[in-house]
Amino acid sequence: MSTDTSTTHTTPSFTPIPRPARRTFGKWFATTGWRHLIGVALCIYSAFPLLYVLSASLNPNGTLLSSNGFFSTVGLQSYVDLFQNEQRPFAAWFANTLFIGLTTAAASVFLGALAAYSFSRMRFTGRRVGLVSLLVVQIFPQLLAVVAIFILLTSLGDVFPALGIDNQIALIMVYLGGALGVNTYLMYGFFNTIPVEIDEAAKIDGAGHARIFFTMILRLVAPILAVVGLLSFISSTSDFVLASVVLVSPENQTLAVGLYSYVSEEFTSNWSVFAAGAVLAALPVMALFLYLQKYIVGGLTAGAGK
Amino acid sequence: MTKTAPEAPPRHSDDPKRKLSPAAQRFANASSTSLGPILIKIILIAIVDATAVFALFTAIGREAWAIATVIAAITVLINVVYFKKGWLPAKYLLPGTIFLLIFQVFVIGYTGYIAFTNYGSGHNSDKADAISSLLQSNQERVEGSPGYPVKLYNGDDGLAMLIERDGQQLIGDENTALSALEPASLDGYTELNFADLLGRQQEVTSLKVAVSDNPADGTLRTSDGRTAYQYTSSLKYDEAADTMTDQDTGLVYKDTGVGAFTAEDGSQLMPGWSINVGFDNFTRAFTDSSIRGALFSVSIWTFAFAFLSVASTFFLGLFLAIVFNDMRMKGRKIYRVISILPYAFPAFLGGLVWAGMLNKDFGFVNQVLFGGANIPWLTDPWLAKFSVLWVNLWLGFPYMFLVCTGALQSIPQELSEAATIDGAKPFQIFRLIKLPLLLVSVAPLLISSFAFNFNNFNVIYMLTEGGPRLEDAGLNVGATDILISMVYKVAFVGSQRDYGLASAFSIIIFVIVAIISIISFKQTKALEELN
Repeated sequence: MSTDTSTTHTTPSFTPIPRPARRTFGKWFATTGWRHLIGVALCIYSAFPLLYVLSASLNPNGTLLSSNGFFSTVGLQSYVDLFQNEQRPFAAWFANTLFIGLTTAAASVFLGALAAYSFSRMRFTGRRVGLVSLLVVQIFPQLLAVVAIFILLTSLGDVFPALGIDNQIALIMVYLGGALGVNTYLMYGFFNTIPVEIDEAAKIDGAGHARIFFTMILRLVAPILAVVGLLSFISSTSDFVLASVVLVSPENQTLAVGLYSYVSEEFTSNWSVFAAGAVLAALPVMALFLYLQKYIVGGLTAGAGK
Repeated sequence: MTKTAPEAPPRHSDDPKRKLSPAAQRFANASSTSLGPILIKIILIAIVDATAVFALFTAIGREAWAIATVIAAITVLINVVYFKKGWLPAKYLLPGTIFLLIFQVFVIGYTGYIAFTNYGSGHNSDKADAISSLLQSNQERVEGSPGYPVKLYNGDDGLAMLIERDGQQLIGDENTALSALEPASLDGYTELNFADLLGRQQEVTSLKVAVSDNPADGTLRTSDGRTAYQYTSSLKYDEAADTMTDQDTGLVYKDTGVGAFTAEDGSQLMPGWSINVGFDNFTRAFTDSSIRGALFSVSIWTFAFAFLSVASTFFLGLFLAIVFNDMRMKGRKIYRVISILPYAFPAFLGGLVWAGMLNKDFGFVNQVLFGGANIPWLTDPWLAKFSVLWVNLWLGFPYMFLVCTGALQSIPQELSEAATIDGAKPFQIFRLIKLPLLLVSVAPLLISSFAFNFNNFNVIYMLTEGGPRLEDAGLNVGATDILISMVYKVAFVGSQRDYGLASAFSIIIFVIVAIISIISFKQTKALEELN
């Protein structure tokens, strides 16, 4: 805004005659120019911290203090160190996060689609109650029951070690408990947009309910499956509360828990290595996000938050 | 896809050897007979049943009756639903519902139960466990007891101890008491040599083998791997009177109903066991002044944080949406992509990175932007609150930007054209036409964003860990803690874990959230009627 007034003040004293030129700049500035100023400020605000991490990660053996020199030194040593630290197995964290995220995403898409199909295509007693109770259950996030989940898994683990504390299958099952509430509603709306006539035509041709569902409906609703899968992948990979409570030993942990321990235990000295880890952890998610941007934005406006 | 479906089967039945495309082939195979799906169904249910039977026997073997009952019930339900004709909706709903009921509905109810117990550090288990662990922990060597020659073996379950007593060989390990050695039972064990002994000294000295199934008989321990001595507890449990007696001091500890053996002078033997304490946790939360103050300030901050987060991200997002919603402007797409970046960046990493940038002594903001100033961004209560909001704005405004852009673009152009013709000024158009329409479509998202930020654990915990700590609080609670991070810290951070109190806090949050939801649902309905 201040630039606006300064240009209008200085230009007249310079050139009294070429008024049109001044007016076009003024006009340009008044219509779109100031928008670019805001745009540049916006870009700095949003992109700067990301550039900062990138520069810190390329600063070999950097501490928090020495990372302040922006791209002053460039080297990949931190990335090498990241993978050689045995107490903090980054590669294992990465693999665990992918495993947990992908399994949770696939399974919750499947469970959600099954439920949405029955709510959308079938009429049965208890349907309305079911839909309303899904809405009500959503109000209470699983996060709040973390203590009960911890104690439940502890006692389950006494009987079945595979379902106890420090086991990834147990964590995935916990995530799946939250899957139905969140996803079914998103999917239910989309399922309703697919004409019922398609089902009916297939039924007349002799297709059973399972075939209609697996071979036709699932393909027609692919976009919402992608959105729900991605949202559930992102939410399960960025979860810290449940993952930190369930996964105890370093080789079982996820990126969120592991990278937090990096920072909380040796905050300033290991900064560059942490930054390298952060860059590698963020890149796939960001790439996926930007690639699928259009789908996600549509899904987000349908009711998800960050 | 769908149109080819009816054509494929007849072709297949006419001439099975005619070449079909792989997709058509698959389709044809699947449709020619309904045996395939049924077979798959039977195999899947067989797998579920086999797993369930195995799990059932394991649970019964460990005497976990509640778990066994649940497994049996679920298995019966699955079999009934999938083998009964009809009940189609149930077939589709069952898998997700099982998970939902156990890991969402049940755990919420279970939280309610734990809130009425003193579960936590020192009260982790039942009374029998507490007694046996007390008897094991306070052990001293029995005076004048003989040493037994010992050999150590490495087995599947860790170290095992082989001793000779009265000419009889006995073996036992950490989990199984001493029993007579049967000739074949040493298979799979390897004897520890001297080097192993040195290397695993820690393990060797901490090995305790129960002399018998009665914990009062004590355990055998060895410090050198050659001779083992009997250790018994200095405590003696009197089953009839239900008291513990410290035989060194003669002090008698009684079960006074507080979940631990308590002496008359008030000293307690730890570990205790978990008991039902009624409304104790809730009374503590509301009457104990050190907890009540913390709970109160955390609740206020939670609301303030959620509200200010929504407000700041919404207004910045709306402002940017208006600024960039001009068709004449070039390069809008680039600005949009760059501004979305923080939203794509994982939130927990965002918090950690900003924690580094805002670090008081070495951070970028203080060192470079403020020229070496020592501004306590994360350690001063008010600045920390500001920083948390600032970082959450960074993470959250792109979402509002996207949402508002979408909402603005969906408002028909004719409305503003008509208003212009009627002589409305641009600001009037915005305030009187666009904003109300925008709010109608965005209001539900603002509410869900509020709900999300109400429990936005990651930003708070990664940035400040809830700190700086409130000095007058009796709990490990800080100035930027919100309710959910307080629950987490009370239950899982530090040496004093109080699951009961944390669950009571959870229940309080449940109640708050339920009230807000009821109000906001009514509010959204009112807004929809406006439209």
